[in-house]
Amino acid sequence: MTAEKQLQQNADVVERLPWKNEMSMEFDAISLNEGFARVSVAAFVAHLNPTLDEVADIKTAVSEAVTNAIIHGYDNVYGYSKHGNSQPAYLIIHPGKVRLRCCLERDVLRIEVEDHGKGIENVEQAMEPLYTTKPEYDRSGMGFAFMEAFMDELEVHSKPGQGTLVRMVKKLGTYPLIEEGN
Amino acid sequence: MEDFQIIDNCLMVKLPEEVDHHKSSYICEKADSYILREEVENVVFDFEETRFMDSSGIGIIMGRYKKIACFGGKVFAIHADSQIRRILCISGLNKLIEVMD
Repeated sequence: MTAEKQLQQNADVVERLPWKNEMSMEFDAISLNEGFARVSVAAFVAHLNPTLDEVADIKTAVSEAVTNAIIHGYDNVYGYSKHGNSQPAYLIIHPGKVRLRCCLERDVLRIEVEDHGKGIENVEQAMEPLYTTKPEYDRSGMGFAFMEAFMDELEVHSKPGQGTLVRMVKKLGTYPLIEEGN
Repeated sequence: MEDFQIIDNCLMVKLPEEVDHHKSSYICEKADSYILREEVENVVFDFEETRFMDSSGIGIIMGRYKKIACFGGKVFAIHADSQIRRILCISGLNKLIEVMD
């Protein structure tokens, strides 16, 4: 299919979309659910025929926000089979919860990732590229930088002891299409 | 599935299809145990099966880089597709490690 035809088809799809489509889900703050969160947002926007790059970028941004909620909000740092001074990941019962909300207003995707964990003391500092409170766990400190790079808008609301809310917005259909045969 | 091999003082790490926080602790721990036990000079990350990576992957690579760079070791990334190359580029990691085909 040529790029022009694809664009026209996408425009037709957008025309017929409901003005608003929302989803909301809550899951345990364990690392296993990072992949689940990524795939569910990708599925939520699939009908818009996003490009592979678009989907990858959205999945990455969701992954960063959800991972932050789990390892920083609830200090649940270990993924699978890491044994250390604290309990292995699979022994943790009653983890905190992460809430993921998506809203599609036509072709504008709004994502909210919320936790009721320990909150961020200094949001501006937390959002500095390379800054991390957990360098000893091989964290790159680039989570927020990636969210900012891959989404159109990013907002972070947080207070110590009051959890964290991350809001991201992305307009879909703005990525260049690749012509068939190229 | 992730896979670890030593070839000629080189630690080859075959990364899984998705490289995120969930998998990262295991990969870091396993890679470090090889780096300490064997005489590992360089580390090669093989992205042939990798279709997704977030900043946790950057952390894995950075952490291993820090461990061997001070002894003159180098880190390589091979078989990375365009999406993975984008992540390596945006993070600036492509300035520290060599991205090869």
